[in-house]
Amino acid sequence: MEYSCSNYELMCNECGKRYGNRPLSGCPDCLAPLEVVYDLLNAKGVFTRDSIARGPANIWRYARLLPVPEGFQPDLPVGFTPLVHANRLGKRIGASNLYVKNDAVCFPTLSFKDRVVSVALANARKFGFDTVGCSSTGNLANSVAAQSARLGLKACILVPADIEPAKILNTLVYGARLIRIDGNYDHVNRLCTLIADEYNWGFVNVNLRPYYAEGSKTVGYEIAEQLGWRLPDNVVVPMAGGSLIRKIRKAFNELIFLGLVKKPARPVRFFGAQATGCSPISVAVKDGTDDIIPQRPNTIARSLAIGNPNDGAAAAKMILQDGGWAEDVSDVEIVSGIQELAETEGIFTETAGGVTTAVAARLYADGRIPPDETTVICITGNGLKTTDALAGYYDHLDSRAVRPRLADFDAYLRSLDGEHEPELIAAGER
Amino acid sequence: MSIKIVLPTAFTRHTDGRKQFDSEAANLPALLSEFDTTFPALSTQIKDENGKLRKFINIYINDEDIRFLGGDSYAFQDGDEVMLIPSIACGCL
Repeated sequence: MEYSCSNYELMCNECGKRYGNRPLSGCPDCLAPLEVVYDLLNAKGVFTRDSIARGPANIWRYARLLPVPEGFQPDLPVGFTPLVHANRLGKRIGASNLYVKNDAVCFPTLSFKDRVVSVALANARKFGFDTVGCSSTGNLANSVAAQSARLGLKACILVPADIEPAKILNTLVYGARLIRIDGNYDHVNRLCTLIADEYNWGFVNVNLRPYYAEGSKTVGYEIAEQLGWRLPDNVVVPMAGGSLIRKIRKAFNELIFLGLVKKPARPVRFFGAQATGCSPISVAVKDGTDDIIPQRPNTIARSLAIGNPNDGAAAAKMILQDGGWAEDVSDVEIVSGIQELAETEGIFTETAGGVTTAVAARLYADGRIPPDETTVICITGNGLKTTDALAGYYDHLDSRAVRPRLADFDAYLRSLDGEHEPELIAAGER
Repeated sequence: MSIKIVLPTAFTRHTDGRKQFDSEAANLPALLSEFDTTFPALSTQIKDENGKLRKFINIYINDEDIRFLGGDSYAFQDGDEVMLIPSIACGCL
């Protein structure tokens, strides 16, 4: 159950041993996570701005630097989500050059996870798995369920029993087998590790994890390309396991090496965002260490609720190395973040996006990000999946039904806003 | 007092294929010392060059991470299930 490829293979992050391509996540010798490494020299002159521009408007335009087997025919148009200039949010939080990378509209299941799953499943098929699975806090479950349905693979998905109802429904609808586990994500994760040990299944974030994680790089490629092939000064990224933030940097470094972007005078600074109720990486960064002390999660940002993050140490180390920072925000601030992004930019994000937005606001307020620097905040999921986080927040608004008559409408507005000339008449007098 | 040690397949090449066995170790440091003599190859795999448990291994007592129970100072209780497991899976954000 392995395949050979001249462009990439697995390598141990710690001891440097190479393992070819096989379903394996940790080094059998020193147990460290494995990473996909590429023959970047071989990509020079092949992976170019022109070749990318000729590719499809999705993540497969970057396939040359993704671990997808030779002969793989991309099926789903995943990614290439909008990078929007966020002027109105910027005004509110004191930023004059702010962008939002909006994976709330990623295809097909409205989260960043679609990127990683598509790369993982390309490998699952190559390795011959007919059942795939994952441990998930929701978004990953949705994406594995949808994409495995499309590919005709069976899916077995394990989630903490208390995840949002919408995320349960958005998994079941694709016909996946979903198993609720009486525990938190870290319990589910451990169980999946044991299952992958016994069953011949492809778990996207266990034995397919090195391939899966590489899909995250496409966020970095897209940011650079959508900025006109230049790197931002700062990136604000939500952190759960701590992988995405590292992979965006990996993408930037690859682009610099290949000459697609200019090496910036100062390294891009990365800012990690967590919820205070689950903030092991943020706590480590604030303490100036990469020693991660696990936490028991207690936050509405369930998609970030990983108390024992696998890549936490590496994430903390790289943040500190490059002069970045990490922050964490309360559940109340998370909801405010969701509302601010929606009210200013028309983007409805889930709780993880509320974390990122609120942390970005904090970073500007604290002077950690200068207002005029080019800064991208990564929104990774859609608010329609976590509407329960907003339950009760709009109950104070008048919800009476108004009779369909102009006079009633006018009276209704007067009752809300007080006496005033109807806007229709005022407009006619102009 | 007896505790049950549970290992994933990745470690069983060093334990003659055994995934479970009993021990009378009083705590984690004592258990790791015991491995030095009973399963030296396992000991080499799970400990770094300074003799400390590698950072990519999690230890669970029943269903709880040992770090929530006091880590090295936790005194094993009779009947405890002690699981050593590589921390390989995780979310991706």
